[in-house]
Amino acid sequence: MFLRGYSYFVYLFLYLPIALIVLFSFNSGSNAAGFQGFSLHWYGKVLDNSLMLDALQNSAIVASTTATLATLMGTMAAIALQRVHGLPRMIFDALTYISIMVPGIVIGIATLIALVTTFGAINSFLAQIWPGDTPPRLSLGYGSIIAAHTLFAMALVIVIVRARIAGMDRSLIEASMDLYADPWGTFRQVTLPQLLPGIVAGFLLSFTFSFDDFVIAFFVAGSKNTLPIYVFSSIRRGVTPEINAIGTMVMVFSLSLLVIAQLFLRRSRQSKAGKSATA
Amino acid sequence: MTMAVATEAAMKPEKKRWGWTALLLAPSGFWFFMLLLLPLAVVIVYSVGVRAPTGGYQAAFTFDNYLNLPARWAAFRNTLVLAPSGTLICLIIGYPLAYYLAVKSNPRSRLLLLILVIVPFWTSFLIRTYAWMFILGSRGIPALLEWLGIPDVRLINTPLAVLIGIVYGYLPLIVFPIYVSLEKLDKRLLEASADLGGSPFGTFRQITFPLSAPGVITGCMLVFILLMGEYLIPQMLGGGKVFFIGNALVDLFLQSLNWPFGCACAMALVVVMVVTVSLYLRATRQLQGRDVSLM
Repeated sequence: MFLRGYSYFVYLFLYLPIALIVLFSFNSGSNAAGFQGFSLHWYGKVLDNSLMLDALQNSAIVASTTATLATLMGTMAAIALQRVHGLPRMIFDALTYISIMVPGIVIGIATLIALVTTFGAINSFLAQIWPGDTPPRLSLGYGSIIAAHTLFAMALVIVIVRARIAGMDRSLIEASMDLYADPWGTFRQVTLPQLLPGIVAGFLLSFTFSFDDFVIAFFVAGSKNTLPIYVFSSIRRGVTPEINAIGTMVMVFSLSLLVIAQLFLRRSRQSKAGKSATA
Repeated sequence: MTMAVATEAAMKPEKKRWGWTALLLAPSGFWFFMLLLLPLAVVIVYSVGVRAPTGGYQAAFTFDNYLNLPARWAAFRNTLVLAPSGTLICLIIGYPLAYYLAVKSNPRSRLLLLILVIVPFWTSFLIRTYAWMFILGSRGIPALLEWLGIPDVRLINTPLAVLIGIVYGYLPLIVFPIYVSLEKLDKRLLEASADLGGSPFGTFRQITFPLSAPGVITGCMLVFILLMGEYLIPQMLGGGKVFFIGNALVDLFLQSLNWPFGCACAMALVVVMVVTVSLYLRATRQLQGRDVSLM
């Protein structure tokens, strides 16, 4: 029973800091003076803070675009890769694992200097051929954050969906073909439903990664703020109780995503069980 | 004639399928090329360049940046000491928890307990590290210790604070793979070992631990790889005193604008990471081979 006590102690270690953040987000005074009483004061302040709302909106746009692009491209690649062998397969495998293994900070730097160099060349070219006075200029922003985030997220989706394909019941696909379903029909009615839990998991993981990422965005965001960048810079300016309120809201949001994912996965499992029971 | 028709019919879908496969792979291939290979190639090219007088990059071909790496030795040393020790502490703390969850816990509450390990990993990394700034800061544990009669304890901005942050941030990541490999373990082996007079420790050393090795390796690799590129924890809990390669990189790119030297550091980080990971994998493979031959 030593082990049980030990495990509860580890849980305490994991949750005490989170509990402190939540508790102090309801503090009526400031952090420094200890807990002084319950109030929603800091939540009001956060919801009035236009800089933070702006950053939140940017993060939502970046994370949802990243997750959509990564899920689409990653799922397409995972489906195609089951038919590819030899050298092309090895190259794609290597690229997928390199994307996951190279530290985010190196990806951030590499993307930054590659984009700055490319944009510099394109901008001076545009300035030369543009007839008017104000030629369009490419610059860092939404596009560069989404592009860099999508690389990692896409590799993640490829790994997850391919694991799902490996565990898939191939006899169903063969049965569908034997019953004269066309390839598209087989894909839509047999393959896709089986892959769906993997695809949804990939989408949610991509979203969470992009929403939470600081270090890549820090390099390639240009003048745009994402929520982690905003939180980081306000921590640098000095610890304010507002961060507790933002943190609590972000945690509640991620938790609801997790719960939604769980419910969704359970339902798809149940409907599958129901089908096999009636069959 | 019929043969020819048949082969033609068989050929056509094959060709069409290849077209589809290429089409499906095109977007991800394009992305890998534009946002992974091209940028990494630029890093390699820049790493042999020189810093332009106003900052940034100027074309050149020199290995000075690589020869200059010892100038950032402290960052490499900190990373190479704290990343492996952080991984080891995560393993030591996480293994008993994974063992409890997989072998000893009540099957009915198991799923809930498992989810409770994962949940912190789903919440913002930045916020969780910030919580420790608060706890280890002068108004946190040191104030509590002073009240208990132990004055002048400094925790924030020390290697210990960075280690605590690392363990807190990465513990969930190591528990999960170990749990998965322990859960698959055939419990009858443990009973057999006990029946044959094996001590609990002997059973653990000769059966449980070797069989959970794949999970231990996966978990350690995950944590170690992420730690090598860590920036936030040393930045927030080390306060510029305990810095990693990641912090040196941010400084080189955003403050001193020495891109070529920064690129050389980034290359060194990737090389060191690949070398350590492959050495570790080789060592563990040999270890596993020996254990298998023992059985």
